[in-house]
Amino acid sequence: MLQVLYIFIPMLAAILVPFLYKSIKNIHTGWFVLAVPATLAIIYTTYIAKVADGEVFHAELPWIPSLNISVVSYLDGLSLLFSLLITGIGSLVVLYSIFYLDKHKEKLHNFYVYLLLFMSAMLGVVQSDHLITLYFFWELTSISSFLLIGYWFTRDASRLGALKSMMITVGGGLMMLGGFILLYLMGGTYSIRELIVLAPDLVHHPLFTWSLVLLLLGAFTKSAQFPFYIWLPDAMEAPTPVSAYLHSATMVKAGIYLVARFTPIFAVSELWVWLVTGIGILTLFWGSFFAVKQTDLKGILAFSTVSQLGLIMSLLGASAVAYHTNGAIDSIKFAAFAAIFHLINHATFKGSLFMIAGIIDHETGTRDIRKLGGLMSIMPISFTVTAIGSLSMAGLPPFNGFLSKEMFLTAMLALQNFEFFGFETWGVFFPIIAWIASIFTFIYSFYFVFRTFTGKYTPEKLPQKPHEAPIGMLISPMILATLVIAIFFIPNFVGDTFVKPAVQAIQPFLYDSPQDIDIHVAAWHGSLTPELLMTIGIVIVGVLMFVALPKWQGMYTRFPQAFTLNNAYDKLMLGLDVGLNRVSRLYMTGSMRHYLLYMFSSIAAIVIGSLFVKNAFTFSFQNTAPIRSYEIILVVVLVIGTAITILAKSRLTAIIGLGSVGYTVALFFVIFNAPDLALTQLVIETISVALFLLAFYHLPKLGKREERMRFQLNRAIVSIAVGVMVTLVALSAQSQKLIPTISKYYEETVYSKAGGGNIVNVILVDYRGFDTLFEITVLGIAGMAILAMIKLRMNRKEKTHENK
Amino acid sequence: MESLILVLVGVLVAVATYLILSKQLLRVILGTAVLSHAAHLLILTMGGLKKGDVPLLGESEGPYTDALPQALILTAIVISFAVTAFVLVLGYRAYKTNGSGNFDEMRGTPDE
Repeated sequence: MLQVLYIFIPMLAAILVPFLYKSIKNIHTGWFVLAVPATLAIIYTTYIAKVADGEVFHAELPWIPSLNISVVSYLDGLSLLFSLLITGIGSLVVLYSIFYLDKHKEKLHNFYVYLLLFMSAMLGVVQSDHLITLYFFWELTSISSFLLIGYWFTRDASRLGALKSMMITVGGGLMMLGGFILLYLMGGTYSIRELIVLAPDLVHHPLFTWSLVLLLLGAFTKSAQFPFYIWLPDAMEAPTPVSAYLHSATMVKAGIYLVARFTPIFAVSELWVWLVTGIGILTLFWGSFFAVKQTDLKGILAFSTVSQLGLIMSLLGASAVAYHTNGAIDSIKFAAFAAIFHLINHATFKGSLFMIAGIIDHETGTRDIRKLGGLMSIMPISFTVTAIGSLSMAGLPPFNGFLSKEMFLTAMLALQNFEFFGFETWGVFFPIIAWIASIFTFIYSFYFVFRTFTGKYTPEKLPQKPHEAPIGMLISPMILATLVIAIFFIPNFVGDTFVKPAVQAIQPFLYDSPQDIDIHVAAWHGSLTPELLMTIGIVIVGVLMFVALPKWQGMYTRFPQAFTLNNAYDKLMLGLDVGLNRVSRLYMTGSMRHYLLYMFSSIAAIVIGSLFVKNAFTFSFQNTAPIRSYEIILVVVLVIGTAITILAKSRLTAIIGLGSVGYTVALFFVIFNAPDLALTQLVIETISVALFLLAFYHLPKLGKREERMRFQLNRAIVSIAVGVMVTLVALSAQSQKLIPTISKYYEETVYSKAGGGNIVNVILVDYRGFDTLFEITVLGIAGMAILAMIKLRMNRKEKTHENK
Repeated sequence: MESLILVLVGVLVAVATYLILSKQLLRVILGTAVLSHAAHLLILTMGGLKKGDVPLLGESEGPYTDALPQALILTAIVISFAVTAFVLVLGYRAYKTNGSGNFDEMRGTPDE
């Protein structure tokens, strides 16, 4: 119970933030906010030891019990690791933001409310064991991210970036919801733990592949995988603390979390392995390749994030292979461990690099790498932190990136050894692509640090005079940089404490407890392993290519802008906008006749169609009355009357024709023994014709040109179809009467119970008096409406007349 | 007999549809009037046209014509009259204010 409430603590604190901001003006609001993630981080730290021993914590808060929906907090190795990342990096980011955001110029209350909302949402995502609440928190992260990207809402680029990320991540989120619902339909439970137990049965379900693909769409859009990564570079319009927090350490890892969490369910599928590994490695290459093209510091980091997320994703895909090997090949077991290990490493070095990018922006006034250079002696601390982060990102010792890159290469090399899913033929590509991508990673890491801090110092290009950042701003990146080095020296402590419990959560079928995982991280394996040789190759080729960078960087400009994914996205959005507008203009003509044509033709088509599809048309002469001569005469008269109405050249003739139809109908009522109807019909027809003549008399002079209705074929066809439809339906209904009339009751009781002799009248006022009451109401309303329509308009006209 | 009347109803509906699809406001209202006649005849026919006596207790010993459809039609006639009267006055006002009874000329304001 308490454990569930921890998720909501930031959300509750967010309610207080605006009050604090308004009432306490002289203290930066961030100091109060800092207490929230810091407290939560301490709380979650207390779980570490027990979770490392294989314990799990579970708490439930019912939300909609009748639908089995509840907020579940489930803490195992994986969710605890993420919770620690969220609260830990969250604390550092809040601390950094206190110095980054000016308390007088910025709307701090907005910022911290959004940030705390995001924190709650993210904690909810990683701790939810319930599919529906997981989705709820998932979309909450999308919304709060949207608000944070658009924080400087007066800038066009911020709004566009926010909209783009919203469209893509919410689109993916909806796909994911579809996948969740299919999972529920297959397994009959919303709980992920219970679904994992059921996993062996789910594989053969016909919906399995659908739910797999839909769920992966959600994960790929959120984690900026190819081709959905395009929102992430545009999200760099957010304030830098947001980029550091959301777009490097937490939100973009929600997709990673999702894939890791659902690996036990889907890993048996070949499609899962291929999609996750393939898309991951493609994203890795694509992101690293295009990172070198960027000139904006945050742009480089955004593409680098995309690339590193691809790396983690491909490792998770490879870890699914372990389900099929029965431990035959040990090196593949590294995959899950490497994924989680790199996730921690990436959060540390990427967080610090983003913060440095923000510091450089803050102190020099620009993030354009072409204007920067030679800042090493001016900003020594920033340089040191950047160097540590970048070299770790490049995968060099003595930084933590080296260890995870080694394990990554090990896992990729291991992939080609498998003789299923076609890995024996295609698996060889994985280490090759990984190797090339690592070279590009190396290049952009060097590009980032050396283009900014070494080279010629050109103060005239910079908007501000640069100097070292205040110490408060540097604390957070320094802590993260210290972690980068520390993890290199104590990898096994990190491995035992954080990584192994998470790996056990990803591969519960392989290991019973975290202690069973027999992986020991070492920087030096005692011999020249293939992955070490690959790393040496990366360094040599990387250095050579970095030195030659000015010679070949120009090739990026050769790529035609028209073929980029961003352009495709813009074209798609514009095309949808314009195309759908055109479609609706096509049928929404504004002409009532067209709409009526659509309606009549679809009614006729649907009814006649279903009559024949369902074989419902029947026709019999039984139970019908004989035809008498004067009835035929009346039918002929009626047909002539309608023909006059339709063919008449003058409208007056048409009105008279209608009158003749009405009187003939009255005669029909006479011969079919309905005296009350005949009376009413005669009177009403008279009044109606008088009204028609009134309207006719007031025709405007302009339109008085009398002309025959012009014949139109489509109109005639639709009219005949509607007429035929009515006749066919009526004949079928008339030919198969199922139950006798209830009128016998009326006949028998009309005098004994109601005391009347005219059955029709007694039905109207006694048996079914309510009909009559409301029919009177209708008449009354019509009368009042007519009166109002004439009177009110007249009055207004007179008034305007007087005013003139 | 019923089949003949039902075919007649079909003809009336076709004519009404043709009129409703017209350009002229007055003809559209004529069409709705014809359509209501068709509907009333349809109700009467579906109730059965077998010869019975007028549904008045004192006049004969029966059997009587089915009285229920007649009551329904009576209600329908009054309601359709109310609506027709209203629509006619609406049309009359439309003539007065717009100076036209042509639907092609009454298409509201063009899109902004």
